[in-house]
Amino acid sequence: MDNIIPILAAAIAAGTPLVFAALGELVTEKSGVLNLGVEGMMLVGAIAGFATAATTGNLWLGALAGMAAGAAMASIFALLTLNLMANQVASGLALTLFGVGLSAFIGKPFESVSLIKGGTFDIPLLSQIPLLGPVLFRQHVLVYVSWLVFGGVCWFLYRSRAGLVLRSIGESPDSAHAIGYPVIRIRWLATLFGGAMAGLGGAHLSEFYAPMWVEGMVAGRGWIALALVVFATWRPARVMLGAYLFGGVTIAQFFAQGAGIDVTAQLLSALPYLATIVVLVIISRNVNTIRLNSPVSLGRSYRPD
Amino acid sequence: MNRNRIARVVATVAGSITLGLGAAALAQEPLKIGFVYVSPIGDAGWTFQHDQGRQEMIKALGPKVQTKVVENVPEGADAERVIREFAASGNKLVFTTSFGYMNPTLKVATQFPNTVFEHATGYKTAKNVGIYNARFYEGRYLNGIIAGKMSKTNVAGYVAAFPIPEVVQGINAFAQGMRSVNPKAEVKVIWVNSWFDPGREREAANTLISQGADVLTHHTDSTAVVQVAEEKGKYAFGYHSDMSKYGPKAQLSATTHQWGAFYTKIANEVIAGTWKPTSVWGGLKEGMIKLGPINPAVPKDVVDLVKKAEGEIIAGTLHPFQGPLKDNAGKDIVAAGKVMSDDELQKMDFYVAGVQGSLPKK
Repeated sequence: MDNIIPILAAAIAAGTPLVFAALGELVTEKSGVLNLGVEGMMLVGAIAGFATAATTGNLWLGALAGMAAGAAMASIFALLTLNLMANQVASGLALTLFGVGLSAFIGKPFESVSLIKGGTFDIPLLSQIPLLGPVLFRQHVLVYVSWLVFGGVCWFLYRSRAGLVLRSIGESPDSAHAIGYPVIRIRWLATLFGGAMAGLGGAHLSEFYAPMWVEGMVAGRGWIALALVVFATWRPARVMLGAYLFGGVTIAQFFAQGAGIDVTAQLLSALPYLATIVVLVIISRNVNTIRLNSPVSLGRSYRPD
Repeated sequence: MNRNRIARVVATVAGSITLGLGAAALAQEPLKIGFVYVSPIGDAGWTFQHDQGRQEMIKALGPKVQTKVVENVPEGADAERVIREFAASGNKLVFTTSFGYMNPTLKVATQFPNTVFEHATGYKTAKNVGIYNARFYEGRYLNGIIAGKMSKTNVAGYVAAFPIPEVVQGINAFAQGMRSVNPKAEVKVIWVNSWFDPGREREAANTLISQGADVLTHHTDSTAVVQVAEEKGKYAFGYHSDMSKYGPKAQLSATTHQWGAFYTKIANEVIAGTWKPTSVWGGLKEGMIKLGPINPAVPKDVVDLVKKAEGEIIAGTLHPFQGPLKDNAGKDIVAAGKVMSDDELQKMDFYVAGVQGSLPKK
């Protein structure tokens, strides 16, 4: 029991970069755009955030810089695929490769620089609740921000008119165009949002979670975020569940080792990836839910006539 | 490059005019030395200590040496390219400072028989390849003594990279040191499967603390573990470098690597033409390992205890792995009155009594 609280609290912290990146990608994909560059955008966001925080000493400015950098990366992708009609899959992969190289290049002078750790905030009263308090309400400020993003995305997609328009564009850009919606502009905005969230997830990783810059530190989380969106059948609540599950297994493997449970460490390191995908595949194996929720025009270029 | 060539031409011309002086100028051509580093130099850690050693050597030898550094060289094909480039561009001495450079170093060495190579932490020598390493475990033993005295929970946490003998020696020596002053002491180990991953090192350190450890140490490359201890008000020991600036309250002491004297000696031998391939494994006695500064929070009697043990290790009357020694399953490893041989140390594949869990199989 003593162990449960720190495991859960650490799981939420470890899952938060995924929450940002996956929710951002979810909105992008709901508009019919498949951006496989999440890993690259996260890396560039991570180094932009870290570099800004390290030079200015302001962590929040760093978080903003991470968002801006992610959005800038996404705008390259949007220009290529939405305006110049390039293939989305190929452009997304290229964006990841570009991000890996660019972040390593910018990051050279920042290797082995340390940041002051900061930004945890105990919410008054709520943090005093037994069990829930220490798990949920003694977290980093960005964790609370990620919940706001979650609430905002849910409300936007399913309760707002703009969200309805965005989803309709993801289903049938032709019809949306025919009744006068600016398909390309809305897809641009959705892609930029996805980039900004991926950048924020990366900045969270480098500025608060580590906090340190290491080349390639996103370590596949961008790909996990992409997989989460698909396996969660494009539903925000399941994305959250998957992200925290990933975080939980990441942390649990350390506890297992410390408790002397004898499993090869290599297997334990692979476990978070494995467990997350297996669980999401099982809860989402219903073909109808997938058909109902996946944006029909996902990954297809649209040229308004 | 250009300026160098002009200088050399000038020297040659001058030499042909005043023969004696010219010969003297040529004789003073500095020894060019290359250093291959596995990670960025940064401001603490494995590579940082090697670079400190390089700077000490420059300080000691001045104009007699001229060094060049390539940092962050991945182990493998890239390493071979960098080492070959060093040898081909006229460096007569090359230090390759990571275990994974072993085969690339040997391969390039056969192609450049007139260049001397020194490889750190490997086990293969050749006609022109020497190897060097330090008895890190001696420092760990001394750290363990402090940990055993300062721990209130009697549990120490150890964040480790990979289960290779060098790391296992450190864990076991630390446990031996703790147990020598505190028979109830236990060491918990978490493997993070990476030499440098601050995020995972941090999580592992947090986990160990929540499982009751109040003294931490690590055999990984970042300063994350010391930083976590500082944040959580626990104790820690630095490794590679003195990390007290990352945890002024937390760091009780450290095990630090000192390569300067060794680099100076090797460079002198190469200059004098007396170099021979050797396998150097130096410890506290040779000055290749030093105990870091001891935190004022450590009481004087503990400091005295550590200093006494340090003296005994240097004098050879104390060995961290002397019998009777049992592994953590109760099996006898070393009989009373015996110590482990260097060969046995380099194959260490068990936990001593006091370390929890079992060693992951490779």
